[in-house]
Amino acid sequence: MAFIESIKDLEALTLTVYAELAATPERVWRLWEDPRQLERWWGPPGYPATFSRHDFAVPGRSIYYMTSPEGERHYGWWNYRSIAAPHALEIEDGFGDAEGNVAPDMPEPGVFTVAIEPIGDVTRMTITSRFTRLEHLEELVAMGQVEGMTLAMGQIDAILAED
Amino acid sequence: MCNQMVVDMAAGADVDAEMAIRIDRIFQALADATRRDIVRRVIEREQNVTDLAERYAMSFAAVQKHVAVLQRSGLVVKQRHGREQLVRPVVGTIGRARALLAEYEALWRGRIDRIDAILTEGN
Repeated sequence: MAFIESIKDLEALTLTVYAELAATPERVWRLWEDPRQLERWWGPPGYPATFSRHDFAVPGRSIYYMTSPEGERHYGWWNYRSIAAPHALEIEDGFGDAEGNVAPDMPEPGVFTVAIEPIGDVTRMTITSRFTRLEHLEELVAMGQVEGMTLAMGQIDAILAED
Repeated sequence: MCNQMVVDMAAGADVDAEMAIRIDRIFQALADATRRDIVRRVIEREQNVTDLAERYAMSFAAVQKHVAVLQRSGLVVKQRHGREQLVRPVVGTIGRARALLAEYEALWRGRIDRIDAILTEGN
């Protein structure tokens, strides 16, 4: 089981997720570099991701879609801002269509960084996601389809909290 | 001065009683799994009762009733948006950010679990 912790910054709208993985940084890098590997973990159960394009380079772009149980396709794209194998990645991500055009009515893109570093005999992967606006995060969550997830206690806290 | 104190204390007791009623309503509202699920869904995305009703194996009227209980508790409001009435969560911006980041975090936890499974397979 991967060890995970995370830090949320509610003001800056950032989420940092740390995971410790039992593999080398090179092996972890392949999870990002190889689209067939990416497809095995990017989409949640019931919403498989398909990468129709994966130019893993700067400048470069990936186009993917997630297929809903009803067969609907939700398209997204990534632009690579920096790639430093096997340690760092910076990706701009947004929504669009099958050609990777940015949809005008879609929320502005967000940015996430991936850092991969060896710690002893495991590899730490740190994902930092930054959102420009709450609506963007809302769209990502809706698109991610966290179907069937139970209401976490943290959310009840959020509802009850007067701020 | 003495009178003033009595008035203040009485006002304070009223506020406490009101707060207690409000908290009771919130807990009653959240005691039901369907209603918790409705709150989760409208935090994710504001939507109308028809869309919500499609998600549950119960009648439109039953879902409508659940929404009414949530409305009375103050956890959600119905707001007219063009031709439809949307059910919205009553949370502040920070509360919404926290709830959305929690959902997004769950998405990443799922991804890392799947990554872990791939790495464990050893291919």
